[in-house]
Amino acid sequence: MYRSHVLVCGGTGCTSSGSQAIINALETEIKKNGLETEVQVVKTGCFGLCALGPIMIVYPEGTFYSMVKEEDIAEIVSEHLLKGRIVSRLVYDETVADTGIKSLNDTAFYKKQMRVALRNCGVINPECIDEYIGCDGYEALGKVLTTMTPDQVIDTILDSGLRGRGGGGFPTGLKWKLAKGNDADQKYVCCNADEGDPGAFMDRSILEGDPHVVLEAMTIAGYAIGATQGYIYIRAEYPIAVDRLNVAIKQAREYGLLGKNIFGTDFSFDIELRLGAGAFVCGEETALMTSIEGHRGEPRPRPPFPAVKGLFGKPTILNNVETYANIPRIILLGADWFKSIGTEKSKGTKVFALGGKIKNTGLVEIPMGTTLREVVEEIGGGIPNGKKFKAAQTGGPSGGCIPAHLIDTPIDYDNLIAIGSMMGSGGLIVMDEDTCMVDIAKFFLEFTVDESCGKCTPCRIGTKRLLEMLDNITKGKATLEDIDKMEELCYYIKDNSLCGLGQTAPNPVLSTLKFFRDEYVAHVVDKKCPAGVCKDLLSYSIIKDKCFGCGMCAKACPAGAITKTDYVAPGKKLPAYEIDTAKCVKCGACVGTCKFKAIVKE
Amino acid sequence: MKSLEELKAIRERMQGQVGMRGEEENSIRVVVGMATCGIAAGARPVLTAFSDLVQEKNLTNVTVTQTGCIGMCMYEPIVEITMPGKEKVTYVKMTAEKAAEVVESHIIGGNVLTKYTIKD
Ligand SMILES: Cc1cc2nc3c(=O)[nH]c(=O)nc-3n(C[C@H](O)[C@H](O)[C@H](O)COP(=O)(O)O)c2cc1C
Ligand code: SF4
Ligand code: SF4
Ligand code: SF4
Ligand code: FES
Repeated sequence: MYRSHVLVCGGTGCTSSGSQAIINALETEIKKNGLETEVQVVKTGCFGLCALGPIMIVYPEGTFYSMVKEEDIAEIVSEHLLKGRIVSRLVYDETVADTGIKSLNDTAFYKKQMRVALRNCGVINPECIDEYIGCDGYEALGKVLTTMTPDQVIDTILDSGLRGRGGGGFPTGLKWKLAKGNDADQKYVCCNADEGDPGAFMDRSILEGDPHVVLEAMTIAGYAIGATQGYIYIRAEYPIAVDRLNVAIKQAREYGLLGKNIFGTDFSFDIELRLGAGAFVCGEETALMTSIEGHRGEPRPRPPFPAVKGLFGKPTILNNVETYANIPRIILLGADWFKSIGTEKSKGTKVFALGGKIKNTGLVEIPMGTTLREVVEEIGGGIPNGKKFKAAQTGGPSGGCIPAHLIDTPIDYDNLIAIGSMMGSGGLIVMDEDTCMVDIAKFFLEFTVDESCGKCTPCRIGTKRLLEMLDNITKGKATLEDIDKMEELCYYIKDNSLCGLGQTAPNPVLSTLKFFRDEYVAHVVDKKCPAGVCKDLLSYSIIKDKCFGCGMCAKACPAGAITKTDYVAPGKKLPAYEIDTAKCVKCGACVGTCKFKAIVKE
Repeated sequence: MKSLEELKAIRERMQGQVGMRGEEENSIRVVVGMATCGIAAGARPVLTAFSDLVQEKNLTNVTVTQTGCIGMCMYEPIVEITMPGKEKVTYVKMTAEKAAEVVESHIIGGNVLTKYTIKD
């Protein structure tokens, strides 16, 4: 029996910050100290605090070591694992309290979280099916196959109120019911692991940290709708997740949890992986299915909906990774348990990838209805450098922003839609006063212009025109009428695009226009960027009467734009300097060199 | 795997393993003093004895940890046992044999073995 487990994160973030070397060093040191029969090293999935990686947690104490280095391992093993003395110097500072070391669950980052979809991530070894089973894994599948009819399964999911976590928020049970209702010789269950939103990585973390939960849920879905084959469509840029899925599928087949006659019943189900090339549009359901069929991943018009004619023309359901990760818990703990979490129309939890101008970045899972303020101020630890909260962006390139005066909005599907944003896949980017909202809208538009598949004109040409208009605004080359024209174009693109990509692409523009129109106007009328981001509208100058003529700024200027003048300010001894705006490349280097704060940016 | 029983067998075997990860409010904690003085006095076999017995007897609600110097070096090896809602009990001058008795009588039976506790 191992008296202690050392969990080291093997997620993508920590792997790239060197967690494999930590594991190797741990194993060496543990042997050296003769602890190999007492201490077990477990490589887990993502803990959600990737910015603090490599991450390591020692049980049973629950001690949380962050940013561990290889050189630290000898000390951790000889002090903590052998002698039981926590190496407090290496402990994550949020867990250090006056009374000693707190558990990770008591930190502000974790306290308001509730882990349902992520419950095994960072807890089990994802390459060991037995550990998954030890955490009630495959019990839901057993229950479904031996005690429930397909209709009972669907009713449970319907009753739970679970809605799709991939963006649209469609009721999952209803989707299954529609697919079950269509008779066919073959049906399919698909999993969307394309995760195209540039700010999101929860699906990757679930697949890396708990791959079996997705296999189990898809098998349950297969039983419910009457399918025998599943496909997971995953982007090839997720090599660790692909590996873990392959291992998991192999183990499940060996245990007979995938394959013929599962649990001795006459139900059979198997799953295969399909690798995507990483185009954003391939995450759209019809494009995804076309791509699995081996064609170019382009959307097609709906109807027919996939529940009627999906993959290979057969009734198909497609759900997101996080959606699936909720299924086994709902089956085991019941619809009433799930319904007790969340708001009236949005049940359960949602995972967000918290990023931007915020202290704790990482993956957080919160009950629906948690306010944005709680996420930003408590879980996120607030905004660094004493800056003010300006807005949060949700829904990635399809979403919008939540301004400061709406920070008390409880986060759920309908509230976000009502204020012109959307849940999307769960990117949540916090912005402070130094962020220019026009620039943010432009950033997302650049993404959609790149990712538009080009099949339909409103999206292909329309988003390009939109980006040009935004670009003109940031350069001070637009008029007030241009803003109105731009708004009209947004609605035109929304109404006439073939798929969700085009239909939602204008959202970042519309939502920033709605809440920050004055910023657009400042760019156009005053030719100023209030946040000081848009370079073309910035100018640097020296206030001559403040200048002591020390010449430091001139030395720092890479463009040779700063020169001495003949003017000596009253009370100063040396002539003042000035900036030649024609030569200045607006790098900002001079500002910090002036001890007298004589250089200003406007 | 052909049956739910087989799944259950794996689950029960693994629960003791993975159960340690995560905060168990209701668990019984066995803490062995393992500073240099404790190790010199023979704390390691005591620690191993507790771990092995907990596993053997499938006591899933018991965690065994070590700690640094408890501050009474002449009484080492020292073992502290905390049960939910009860006062901490401190055993002194422990051995692997005494550990087996403590597991039987105190952890399983709920009767503190006063003959091994600290007298003050
Ligand atoms: C352009 C575009 C990209 C999408 N990308 C994803 C994605 O990466 N992952 C995902 O789960 N859903 C994505 N979706 C949503 C899917 O089309 C689909 O609604 C979803 O996978 C259904 O699963 P759910 O009901 O469980 O959310 C995308 C939709 C559009 C229009
Ligand atoms: S809306 Fe854009 S991404 Fe969708 S089909 Fe049309 S061109 Fe392609
Ligand atoms: S902003 Fe850069 S280029 Fe312009 S004057 Fe200062 S240092 Fe020179
Ligand atoms: S660093 Fe400041 S004080 Fe010195 S020359 Fe430049 S502007 Fe004048
Ligand atoms: S990858 Fe290690 S915490 Fe996310």
